[in-house]
Amino acid sequence: MSVSILRIICQKFVIIFYKGVVILKITNINELQEKAKEVRRGIIEEIYSANSGHPGGSLSIADILTVLYFNEMNVDEKNPNWEDRDRLVLSKGHASPALYSTLANRGYFTVEDLKTFRGINSKLQGHPDMKHIPGVDMTTGSLGQGLSAANGMAIAGKIDNKNYRVYCILGDGEIEEGQVWEAAMTSGKYKLDNLCVIVDNNNLQIDGEISDVMNPYPIDEKFKASGFKIICIDGHNIEKIISAFEVAKNVKEQPVCIIAKTIKGKGISFMENQVGWHGKAPNEEQYNQAIKELGGAK
Amino acid sequence: MREEKKATRQSYGEALVELGKKNGNIVVLDADLSGATKTDLFAKEFPERFFDMGIAEQDMMSTAAGLATCKKIPYASTFAVFAAGRAYDQIRSSICYPKANVKICATHAGVTVGEDGATHQMIEDLALMRTLPNMTVLSTSDDVQTKWAVEEISKMEEPVYLRLARLATPIIYDEEQKFEIGKAVQIGNGTDATVFATGVTVSEAIKAKEELANKGINIRVVDMHTIKPIDKEIIIKCAQETKKLISVEDHNIIGGLGSAISEVLTEECPTKLIRLGIKDTFGKSGKAEELMKYFEITAKNIVDNIV
Repeated sequence: MSVSILRIICQKFVIIFYKGVVILKITNINELQEKAKEVRRGIIEEIYSANSGHPGGSLSIADILTVLYFNEMNVDEKNPNWEDRDRLVLSKGHASPALYSTLANRGYFTVEDLKTFRGINSKLQGHPDMKHIPGVDMTTGSLGQGLSAANGMAIAGKIDNKNYRVYCILGDGEIEEGQVWEAAMTSGKYKLDNLCVIVDNNNLQIDGEISDVMNPYPIDEKFKASGFKIICIDGHNIEKIISAFEVAKNVKEQPVCIIAKTIKGKGISFMENQVGWHGKAPNEEQYNQAIKELGGAK
Repeated sequence: MREEKKATRQSYGEALVELGKKNGNIVVLDADLSGATKTDLFAKEFPERFFDMGIAEQDMMSTAAGLATCKKIPYASTFAVFAAGRAYDQIRSSICYPKANVKICATHAGVTVGEDGATHQMIEDLALMRTLPNMTVLSTSDDVQTKWAVEEISKMEEPVYLRLARLATPIIYDEEQKFEIGKAVQIGNGTDATVFATGVTVSEAIKAKEELANKGINIRVVDMHTIKPIDKEIIIKCAQETKKLISVEDHNIIGGLGSAISEVLTEECPTKLIRLGIKDTFGKSGKAEELMKYFEITAKNIVDNIV
């Protein structure tokens, strides 16, 4: 009996020892899918509780963040500032509900804390605040600045001969900011193979489809021109996300950009692909419906 | 004050090299102006810790912030107009809000940039930088003070803006002179007037003091090397002890040194202050010395406002 339980555990998790820290990683796809649902429930709880926030672009990166924090990154929730940790810069800072929910589910703070999101006495600021929120590696919010900061972290890693990796999530609308392309040149110039950029390509921004508002396509060609290796995936396919990070880790002498095709509002039927859900909170009826679609309250 | 002149940007470059030898965490970033900002001196000595970010100041500032999260102490340099102006939001959001340990050392401040003209003459940086929470703002006046500042700010784990000049100005202080962030330096004890100066105008104020002394008028000069936090104590003391208060700066009279002093006076001891500086107009091309005359921030202008 005890042997079979151990086997089940082994199928679902892997325990690794990295630089003196024990890290539990979920390897089972179904388990990760369940985690992503929990992350999505947290997003809805936060935005409903605050009656404010950005559900669309949070839900579109829920699967990516779940894989990063539960399968990919070497992090320690008990020591958020561990200097050998992998780092994440959520450059599209308005997707803070997704990051906070992921961090809460990972144990940096409680899932209950999520209900204080955007409140006057809460540490969970509207946009990621590294000074007050455990696990937040960079303060973001004003779009376009995160890749530069991620480059700085990656350069510091190179100077210090550290093995940590730096991840940076950009919005596809966000890359209309010119600074992103300044930063992309920097990533390429310094051959930052410890950097992995993920573009959340949900195709929508506040004023409409990105190709109508200010067409940033071809995204792949643009990053490629700056020296990136490009990987294109379905940003909701857990297996594909895992293998993309695996490929990225083995690329040498150049940074990697994963272009993740995603659906804004993913997981909540009435929010999917609806630009109106960029920055709007659900009412009680919509909240109940959303939680029901995510498998009900836990 | 010596005959010998040196631009504070030169002192900055020299001090960076010394600092780099002492502290391995110092990294320097520049935006294609290392020959002018003098960070090329550091680049030659420590190429592995120097990063030329190209003509991309916004990227430079946020990259510096990222480096600071990993215990590096970045000194980011470019002309003041591209630092405080072009990269304002990056300084605000990526550096000041998270209180990142980044030192922004901005050269070519003020109209004394000279021939390049208004586009390159930053006369709003003190105003912009001192409104930012968590920011310390310095504006040094000579070689000795600048070298002190460059090392001193490396010990502060917070953002600092250091304003430097292109124009070579007299070396004012002896090597032994002691400085302290937030404590202005009083030169002389005259009670006929106080001249508050900062950066390139300090030597002008000292010249004015010497000229006035020949006429039997005794003034004091206060070198306001720290614009924020402003030295309230010395402002109040001088308001109480001297008959006239003048501020003089190579900066718009709106928002800079004169404004900062006025804020203290208004709250603590309402006193008239004559503000000399760029009077809410853009700069223009010309030689630095000609521009100082044109904008009335020379020793002569100070003297004229006292006699």
